[in-house]
Amino acid sequence: MNKRIDVHHVTRVEGHGNIVVEIEDGRIKECRLDVVETPRFFEAMLRGRPYQEASHITSRICGICATGHATASLRASEKALSVEPSEQTQLLRKLTFHGEILDSHVLHAYMLVAPDFLGVGSVIPLATSHPEVVLRALRMKKLAGDICAVVTGRHTHPIAMCVGGFTHFPKPAELENLHQRLVAARADVDETVALFATLHWPQFERDTEYVSLTKPDEYAFIDGEIITSDGARLPAEAYRQVTNEHLVTHSSAKHTRHLRQSYMVGALARFNNNYPQLHPRAKEAAATLGLKPKVTNPYLNSAAQVVEIVHCVEDAIAIIDRLLERGITSEQPAPVKAIPGEGVGVCEVPRGLLIHHYWIGEDGNMTGADCVIPTNQNLANLEADMLALTPLIAEKPIKTMQLDLEMLVRAYDPCISCSVHVLEVEPK
Amino acid sequence: MSQNGKPKVAFFDFTSCEGCQLTVVDSLQDHPDLLAAVEIVQFREAMSEKGEDYLVAFIEGSCTRESDEARLKKIREQASIVVALGSCAHLGGVNSLKYLHPLDEVRRYVYGDQADWYDTYDVRPIEAVIPVDFVIPGCPIDRQEFISAVKALLLGKKPFIPDYPLCVECKLKENTCLFTRGKVCMGPVTRAGCDAICPTYGQSCEACRGFISNPNETAMRDVLTKHGLTVEGLTSMYTMFTTYQVRETLLQRKNANE
Repeated sequence: MNKRIDVHHVTRVEGHGNIVVEIEDGRIKECRLDVVETPRFFEAMLRGRPYQEASHITSRICGICATGHATASLRASEKALSVEPSEQTQLLRKLTFHGEILDSHVLHAYMLVAPDFLGVGSVIPLATSHPEVVLRALRMKKLAGDICAVVTGRHTHPIAMCVGGFTHFPKPAELENLHQRLVAARADVDETVALFATLHWPQFERDTEYVSLTKPDEYAFIDGEIITSDGARLPAEAYRQVTNEHLVTHSSAKHTRHLRQSYMVGALARFNNNYPQLHPRAKEAAATLGLKPKVTNPYLNSAAQVVEIVHCVEDAIAIIDRLLERGITSEQPAPVKAIPGEGVGVCEVPRGLLIHHYWIGEDGNMTGADCVIPTNQNLANLEADMLALTPLIAEKPIKTMQLDLEMLVRAYDPCISCSVHVLEVEPK
Repeated sequence: MSQNGKPKVAFFDFTSCEGCQLTVVDSLQDHPDLLAAVEIVQFREAMSEKGEDYLVAFIEGSCTRESDEARLKKIREQASIVVALGSCAHLGGVNSLKYLHPLDEVRRYVYGDQADWYDTYDVRPIEAVIPVDFVIPGCPIDRQEFISAVKALLLGKKPFIPDYPLCVECKLKENTCLFTRGKVCMGPVTRAGCDAICPTYGQSCEACRGFISNPNETAMRDVLTKHGLTVEGLTSMYTMFTTYQVRETLLQRKNANE
């Protein structure tokens, strides 16, 4: 049996990747995800720039997780410069972060993944066949974008965030409006859970090491320690012990490995590692979706995103309650206490663990930078899944095989334009 | 035109964050009427359907490797109208920060000994490779401006892109001038059209929309001097999105003087 699948530029993913699978005489000869995105060189370009610019430049790594990059960047600078953001700053950052997670997860689950299950090529025919589904997705996406816009001016690329705080503050009326809309959105969220509970996810199990941030008192999105499902636990600053980035010839994005040949980050890893900290309503949603940690079917990453949609809506409501209760003040950014410095900022962006590591010189200019992107961390694991899946589906017609593989790639929600950059950097 | 009389439109991306295409998705969610007025035949980020017959091509991203030139030229041959979408396509954008370091050194910084595995060259806006009919500036593009531009194109008109400085819009917003708050700002020489969104949210204009065609450099110097600042002190901001333009302008002046 000879088969060749060559999906040149996988669609409905962010960035450019090709699936290459070749079976010769029944044996797998090739099984790769080629990353053919152009290299982008952000770390090299950051050098010599004032640290105040870093979050504006790095948000441009990614249009979808711009807020995540900006936040990881600010945390790296703040750690380097001993800046301690206020409670208000932390609350506002969490709120806009939830907006971005919602925006990205709704986009991915509804517009990039759902068409595969509903048998169409994109969300556009769905507008005719399933208008209520598309309208719901658009309503939720608009709300998510508006959360970001109220806090930072816009979602892609956020404006009002700076080292130590914010340069603009939402008015109570704007927050009250968001609060009302979030409460009203619970109906859409319930419908979303119900819809995704009806989908027939491909059956495929492959256990791996799940890596995420963790915090004792909340479902971690900003800051925290790195933990893995294989029992490792270490401070953010020791990230290189986990990531071990290395280059492979068929990808302009670096690969990573920790205790096994590969590991997974993202919604499924967070769900597996941090289930206890999920909001009770998110736990109910998980039960409806049939998810119980530890989940080892990578296709269910999209289902874990739906659980996080529930969590983020509930937590956003709670954060706005807290902000309104304590009041918003037009405070100055928290001061820089030490320069030069070195710092590591970590976040859980929609696609998983994001690390920014900065070196800032005495003159306030960046002397070095290292950014580790979630999609890079997932590439080796995704290829391992492809390799395990291919023999199981090799008897299927080639079109079906191709769709199964494309759906697997999409389940990881890869953000390829983010992933091509890279590092191994020491400050000069 | 397709059989239903709707113009066929395609979206393409080169080196970029794809944030402008996401802004397109966000713009269209408020304007389903526009989505009904055109037929989108290619939009890899959002759809699997793919058609090679299109009238209008929107291109996001810079050209950063030789192998991308052929793809750009093919798009140009097919499309009657090519629109550069956003700062990377229009100006080279943040990608052109690469110019500030020797190319070979940049490659080695990121990819080490394996730098030769990865194809890259000096960043350029797409107009440096193929003729461009219209530009929608910004990083990212402004939603309203995109909608207005598409409407104009549908009516067979030239999209209106302002050629006056950002300060005009900033004053209309009644913002406090950032210079009076001790911050530098590129507003006096930058193309308006974004409704001065960055100063409105308390941040300096970083010239993501590029310079107006006839910037008043003397007035800019005066503003800087008045606030105890120098052009040199602005260098970093001058180069964030516009390194390619600054470099080209300096080269032109040098050639003119020789």
